Amino acid sequence: MHHSELIAQLLKVIAAGLLLISFAMLASRRTQQLITLFAWQGAMLFVSTCLVAYSSGLTEMYYSAGLTLLLKVIALPWILHRLIHRLGAQWDSEQLVNVPTTMMAGLALVIFAFGLAQPITSMATTITRHTLGIALAVILLAFLMMITRRKAVTQVIGFLAMENGLFFAATSATYGMPMVIELGIALDLLVGVFILGIFFFQIREQFDSLDLSNLESLKED
Amino acid sequence: MRAISFVRQFLEVVLAIAIAPLFTGWIAQCRAWLQNRSAPSLLQPYRMLRKLFFKDVVLAQNASALFRATPYVLFGTMVLAAAIIPSLVTDLPLARVADSIALVGLFATARVFLSLAAMDIGTAFGTLGARREMMIGFLAEPALLMVLFNAFMLFGSTSLPSLVDGYRAHQSVVDPSVIFAAVAFVMVLLAENARIPIDNPSTHLELTMIHEAMLLEYSARHLALVEWASSLKLFNYACIGFALFLPWGIATHGADGGWPLLVAIAALLGKLVIAGAALALIESLSAKLRIFRAPEYLAMAFLLAVLGLLVHLLLGA
Repeated sequence: MHHSELIAQLLKVIAAGLLLISFAMLASRRTQQLITLFAWQGAMLFVSTCLVAYSSGLTEMYYSAGLTLLLKVIALPWILHRLIHRLGAQWDSEQLVNVPTTMMAGLALVIFAFGLAQPITSMATTITRHTLGIALAVILLAFLMMITRRKAVTQVIGFLAMENGLFFAATSATYGMPMVIELGIALDLLVGVFILGIFFFQIREQFDSLDLSNLESLKED
Repeated sequence: MRAISFVRQFLEVVLAIAIAPLFTGWIAQCRAWLQNRSAPSLLQPYRMLRKLFFKDVVLAQNASALFRATPYVLFGTMVLAAAIIPSLVTDLPLARVADSIALVGLFATARVFLSLAAMDIGTAFGTLGARREMMIGFLAEPALLMVLFNAFMLFGSTSLPSLVDGYRAHQSVVDPSVIFAAVAFVMVLLAENARIPIDNPSTHLELTMIHEAMLLEYSARHLALVEWASSLKLFNYACIGFALFLPWGIATHGADGGWPLLVAIAALLGKLVIAGAALALIESLSAKLRIFRAPEYLAMAFLLAVLGLLVHLLLGA
């Protein structure tokens, strides 16, 4: 009994760490820093999934933890690093609109997410049910990050961070999705990043920059 | 109230005064190593204080009594703060007089006096430094208060010694909100002690300096006291951090005899060594922010502390 309590406590701490990383992503200006933070988020996810797998005794959770480690901590950050290196965008930083205001909005989103998760939390029986609010908050914060960014690469990182949040929500509400679906999502992510990488080059060729505000006008005039 | 607790109180304050310059020296040494320079001796701050105490004071002609009194006020407030913070023992007679909100007030008093003294002579640099210091101060103070509120929420008390006692009673509890509070606290510590993201303590470049600009008019024993007070301030902040986040080893209520005290001293020294190295590492890794970025930095510290409160309330740990 005491053992599982300790694990639940540890999971809460890791969930708080995930939330902290989400806020750091919201406030960070440099693309490289964002990729590092994204890798850390994946590492946190890996540890939390391992803990859940250990406490629930589900073997397939270990597989999904391994998949997380391979894909989100090693492969995707490496691909993104390669990409921004090829694009010559590794020292890019973007002008953010007023970081404190964004953080305030993030704070409001956290409260909203916790309110939203309350009814589900009271019905769930998993060891991780308390962290569902944090998982929802991570998703919403990634959304907010995508909204406030103008560059293509950072938007993709926001998208990937959102998937991290969804994965965390799935583990905290129901001990993860079936293996087939998880494999499918992993493959989708990988292919998605490849295709978006090709898009980056196309966008840059067309507009000489990765700024997405160029895509907003339909006609050139 | 027993006599022994007064002895301990006295011992704690004397130890704080004695090793505060050592802590500053240790950070300087770590920084030098990390930057591939040959490091100054650990005792360098003491040598500087000794040299300054032997010099003759040079005062500006229009210096008022405030200017001359300020070094003593600064040193006095920092010593008093060291007496309230449980760095070695929690059974502190003086700590009953003031809780940690009063402690924040003590730091504010020191800041106001230093800023007034800097403006007293009427040089441009002094005024510039004082204005910047007040700007940083009024942003850092609410963040520090929020960090303290985080701890108050956990144990339902505003006095630091009883917080430490509370922590020691539920040792296994690691509350998630502590992570946020700790990050926010480190950010405030760096800002309040004129450390690198906000201010560079080793620069005399007029466009960037904050703390140094206020001390330009001071000399000899006045300067020595001000320098000693600022290393005491750093030491005090470090000890607040230990009391809030790493309270292991501090002798709690009822722990009598010499053994817990020796353990407490050893633990304090060990924590100071690690904290100093960590601070030097953070400083070496980060670049100094533009002064106009400072509000953003401190607003982030404040929001992180608020987030800690929220996580504690909503997660219901």
